[in-house]
Amino acid sequence: MVLVLVAVCGTCVVLARDPLRQAVMASVYGLVLGILFFVFQAPDVALSQTVVGAVALPLMILLALAKVRFDEEERRR
Amino acid sequence: MSVLPYVVAAWLVFIGLYGIVTSRNLLHLVVCLAVMQSSSYLLLLSIGYIDGASAPMFSDVSPKTKAVDPVVQALTLTDVVVGTTVTALLLALAVQAHKRYGTLDPDELRPERPQG
Amino acid sequence: MKPATRRSLFLVAGGVLFAALIWGFAGLPDFGDFNGAYGQFLNGASTPERATTDVITAVNFDYRGFDTLGEEFILFAAVIGVTSLLRTLRGEREGAPDDDAPGRRVPETSLAVRITGLLLVGPTVLVGIYIVAHGHQTPGGGFQGGVILATGLLLTYLSADYLTMRRVGPTALIELAEGLGTAGFVLIALGGLVFAGVFFENFLPIGTAGRLLTAGTIPLGNVAVGLAVTGGFAFMLSEFLQQTLTKRRREVR
Repeated sequence: MVLVLVAVCGTCVVLARDPLRQAVMASVYGLVLGILFFVFQAPDVALSQTVVGAVALPLMILLALAKVRFDEEERRR
Repeated sequence: MSVLPYVVAAWLVFIGLYGIVTSRNLLHLVVCLAVMQSSSYLLLLSIGYIDGASAPMFSDVSPKTKAVDPVVQALTLTDVVVGTTVTALLLALAVQAHKRYGTLDPDELRPERPQG
Repeated sequence: MKPATRRSLFLVAGGVLFAALIWGFAGLPDFGDFNGAYGQFLNGASTPERATTDVITAVNFDYRGFDTLGEEFILFAAVIGVTSLLRTLRGEREGAPDDDAPGRRVPETSLAVRITGLLLVGPTVLVGIYIVAHGHQTPGGGFQGGVILATGLLLTYLSADYLTMRRVGPTALIELAEGLGTAGFVLIALGGLVFAGVFFENFLPIGTAGRLLTAGTIPLGNVAVGLAVTGGFAFMLSEFLQQTLTKRRREVR
């Protein structure tokens, strides 16, 4: 069921060590969690979680990662 | 079946904590913290679930129909907002730490021990 | 402590934690069998009393509006925190946005991405406003619609470049939206105090369920929270973007 899928996705998010891969995995996890909340008859929370966990959170991770990579490149130059 | 949501919530806490403890990158650590926070959403929602009930929205059904508990859903909604903002703050902190110390490895960011 | 030692130590402690959590959760009511009196009362009483059909929004903005006030301040404080953390440090300076600088090997944005992004901005903003406005009748509300509106702003960055995004959503406007939203929410709460004697009391006339302009102060609260969240998230996202695109290190002599 969706619960087992949530557990598997959560494990994958943790086990993805590279932040770039983890950002994509976190987006999938947010989406699956939103589906789970929908199955639990909570449409408000599902909407909120999907919007946040699939869009805002991976976006912030990617922006932080871009800034870190940019800093490292500049340091090397 | 009736305890599966609670087991998954406890598992998410465990795996998130494992990620935090064995992390070698601050950004990875922040995302594992977000996973741990999501276990609390799961716990709250699964407490309020009622078998065979529908969502607490009454635009097309009469208010007398059986619906799941709305109070825990309101709590979870607030929880999601707070979790996101805390994660954003932690990411900003990680970026600044990298700028200052040049590394994102938590092991290398440990405070120095006083000599002697 | 070596990583291997730390890992094995954690597996022991984590196993104990997992077992303790399962033991604690076993005392909770069975899944699907909850009998919370407060929730069931609210389900039956919200629609007649407050003329909303979305019980969760009624709980968030009316019955437990005080908690939402705290949540608004958490958002505000987090935005302040992000701004002060990502300020220009002593060893940096603010430069021109780096979209076309030499040495930054950014691939040219494809035409498909630009067109899709531009086409999506309008519907995104519309959906965001719809969700904010209808928060008390259908699932949604201030927070969800606010984040959607913030992503609408970000779509302009994705489909055009940084300067266009700055022109569409100048920093002053975003800050104004956020401050206005938070202050508006507090004013609504104080209005309850002034007009009805109780902090956060719903003091506007309650209409009929199913309409848009009903439920007293709840739609106003939705709009205020939507403004605050849009401003807050757009501000945080633009702070992060600024870090990548415009902050340069000062040349070391």
